[in-house]
Amino acid sequence: MAITNNVTRHILPNGMTVLLKEQHTAPVTSWWVLYRIGSRNEPTGLTGVSHWVEHMMFKGTDQFPAGYLDKAIDREGGMWNAQTSFDYTAYFETLPADRIGLGLRAEADRMTNARFDPEEVESERTVIISERQGHENSPTFWLNEELQAMIFRVHGYHHEIIGDMTDLETMTRDNLFQHYKTYYAPNNAIAAVVGDFDTTEMIAQIEALFGALPAETLPRTFVRPEPPQQGERRLRIERPSPTPVLSIAYRVPEAVHPDWIKLYMLDSILGGASGFGGGGVGNKTSRLYQALVKKELAANFSSGLLPSIDPYLYGIDVTLRDGRTLEEVEAAVFAELDKAINGEITQAELDKAKKQARALFAYSGETVTNQAFMLAYYEHIAGNYEWFITFEERLQSVTLDDVHEVAQKYLQPSQRTVGWLVPTGEADDADGEYDGDE
Amino acid sequence: METSSPVNKATTLPSTDNIVREVLPNGIVVLVYENFVTQSVILNGLIQTGSIFESADKAGLSNIVAGALMRGTHNRDFDTIHETLESLGASLGIGSGVHTSGFSGKSLAEDLPTLLNLLSDALRYPSFPIDQTERLRGEILTGLKIRAQDTRSVASEAFRKLTYPMDHPYSRNLYGEVETVTAFTLDEMAAFHAANYGPRGMIIVIVGAVKAEDAIQDVKAIFGDWQNPAQPDVPALPPIATLYEARQQFGVVPGKSQSDIILGWVGPSRFAPDFQAANLANSILGVFGMMGRLGKTVREDQGLAYYTGSRVSGGMGPGPWQVSSGVNPANVYKAIDSILVEIKRMTNELVSEQDLADNKANFTGRLPLNLESNEGVSSMILNMEMYNLGLDYLRHYPEMINAITREQVQRAAQKYLSSTAYVLAVAGPKIER
Repeated sequence: MAITNNVTRHILPNGMTVLLKEQHTAPVTSWWVLYRIGSRNEPTGLTGVSHWVEHMMFKGTDQFPAGYLDKAIDREGGMWNAQTSFDYTAYFETLPADRIGLGLRAEADRMTNARFDPEEVESERTVIISERQGHENSPTFWLNEELQAMIFRVHGYHHEIIGDMTDLETMTRDNLFQHYKTYYAPNNAIAAVVGDFDTTEMIAQIEALFGALPAETLPRTFVRPEPPQQGERRLRIERPSPTPVLSIAYRVPEAVHPDWIKLYMLDSILGGASGFGGGGVGNKTSRLYQALVKKELAANFSSGLLPSIDPYLYGIDVTLRDGRTLEEVEAAVFAELDKAINGEITQAELDKAKKQARALFAYSGETVTNQAFMLAYYEHIAGNYEWFITFEERLQSVTLDDVHEVAQKYLQPSQRTVGWLVPTGEADDADGEYDGDE
Repeated sequence: METSSPVNKATTLPSTDNIVREVLPNGIVVLVYENFVTQSVILNGLIQTGSIFESADKAGLSNIVAGALMRGTHNRDFDTIHETLESLGASLGIGSGVHTSGFSGKSLAEDLPTLLNLLSDALRYPSFPIDQTERLRGEILTGLKIRAQDTRSVASEAFRKLTYPMDHPYSRNLYGEVETVTAFTLDEMAAFHAANYGPRGMIIVIVGAVKAEDAIQDVKAIFGDWQNPAQPDVPALPPIATLYEARQQFGVVPGKSQSDIILGWVGPSRFAPDFQAANLANSILGVFGMMGRLGKTVREDQGLAYYTGSRVSGGMGPGPWQVSSGVNPANVYKAIDSILVEIKRMTNELVSEQDLADNKANFTGRLPLNLESNEGVSSMILNMEMYNLGLDYLRHYPEMINAITREQVQRAAQKYLSSTAYVLAVAGPKIER
């Protein structure tokens, strides 16, 4: 048991990692269990299996039948939910502090006892297809899906977390159950608990509930590294869309790579600082806002990096203003990036980005739910939660030379993929209303 | 080891014991709640202006005026405003609603005076600079274009127009129409601001790591001299005729995979005596557990939708009570039929003792989570002030909720809901019955 930065790390004999942080500011506790399995580990034919399994975890065990916990947790004034990402699948309960035992019992039970009733699997198939169709209603979903597939030809980051429609139509109950039985085990889990509790008592509760669950032999996870990119890639999606959209992505390293934090600083200056949960700041003084929105080329834009296990992307997405062309907006983005490559970022911009990070970091600690998630997430993707705790401090030592260096290194045309969403035809012509009784 | 609910620890709840409230001579109400556990401070509140003050042919005027306030003032240009905010890691936004316009900001505690100064400057001295205002107009027009092809927005707009009479502000799109937004002049915007923005009825809530005394002093120094004798009274809302039959509209949006359904009625305002009974009925219908009874039938049992649920808006006036759902186009009618079965059940049958007890437990038990953050506390305090609930509202809240009976819940359902007289709006690909 080790305590660093007020966080206790405790490893159960079966290999489950538990991170605990007492915070007695409100009578609330949040409890997360994160499994080291996500969509990046899914082979072709099983895309979307991690997400679907996440849904099935809410469909009942013998102890807690489907629907029981939804009601029990609401009755206690709590909340529970889950999320599937490229790198992980995670579950949480946040409850009034004296009720958190319910969350612990729920996760201990469904780590091994989820039922995967065939009927529930079939009913959930249409729910998930409906979830995907909801995404498909957004024209940018199609652009992002194709862009991702073009950038990652080999690596599992190539498909959407929700999965390809064909796999959602054909995956079987056995596929889902096999995934669950293989990867849901204490030695593949990181638990994090933050809130109003006593650490010694909490460890005893966790040991009592999880200690007897057996460790499983974990297979080598399915990961295929992406080969180097051999030049710019371009893609064009043609669909009904209210506006053209430009999406540009550069390949960048994984979160623990020393360049990642420098790229975070570069992005703060180019596109505005990203928060860590708990609130953000605007991007109106960022370079891309000045070059795109202020020049009336774009209605809005966003940019960012995702801290990831394997090398991922630095992305810039731009919604064009009426009457602007993709050619001119793309040229404006590249011109702005060239300035960063040419060493034109100033010390004042870097200093501002550091100040912003200080505030955003302070905001990130204001809810126990966000704190517990951050601990589990960074313990997984960076190998140690301290990566996050020390992030703001390490950020302060990034220099102007560092920022220019990563701009030169990663914003190379040969390392980018450019996607255009081109609105088709006269979509408005097809618009119409009818009373539904025809 | 289950002990008494934290709700009973009255001293931790925001109340008259720990909220400092002061009314300035110009009418501004200031409420401050100290919380030195975090390093930040939340500033939020409202002023008494909104789209209710614009005429139908000026739809969107209130929205563009509120949007322009942070785009330049007589004291600071756009770059100065945002450089000041962003260099502090702070945020501040102002937006128009129907009855009121709201503002919300966050910063490290030591920067509260800067935040208040920026807010005052934006609310009182906007200059509507031509370049910035035109840019804003373009962004709003692009937004309208996007909404016109977004199935949820299309359904929601059709619902509003079918539910409320044309002269009712609730029937209008808050963002306006392409024709109206294109036509606003800078003079019209400045005139709307001059006539409608003022301190009377303004509420400022501050929650965080600041001393109440200091915060109130700052507000007095910065806002104390604001006057606007021209500030109009709130106009009365036009009457809404009772609905006796189903009204429906199906909108076609090309290139979509899913249809969005909105089915609803005129609901209670937050001031209605039966608001909480209606709120409990709504929770049982489409919120509690996995989206209530609607979630059980539409999602869990039939697998028709990823999302379904209901919401009673309960604002300053009779806003909508809506059921919404996103389904495969082939399942639209099946989903509507299932929704109507549940509506009929809500109006024809008493809810079970168990359902009511569960939902009451949720209403009273969720306070610790709702009040964990400064954001949660500040929005609770703002609600207590704007809806005249009293600052000790939370002390009486569990008692008030627990006194509501099954009969009251059914009466509220019968009063507002109907399985035969409703408004239905659907948007998505064209569908055949």
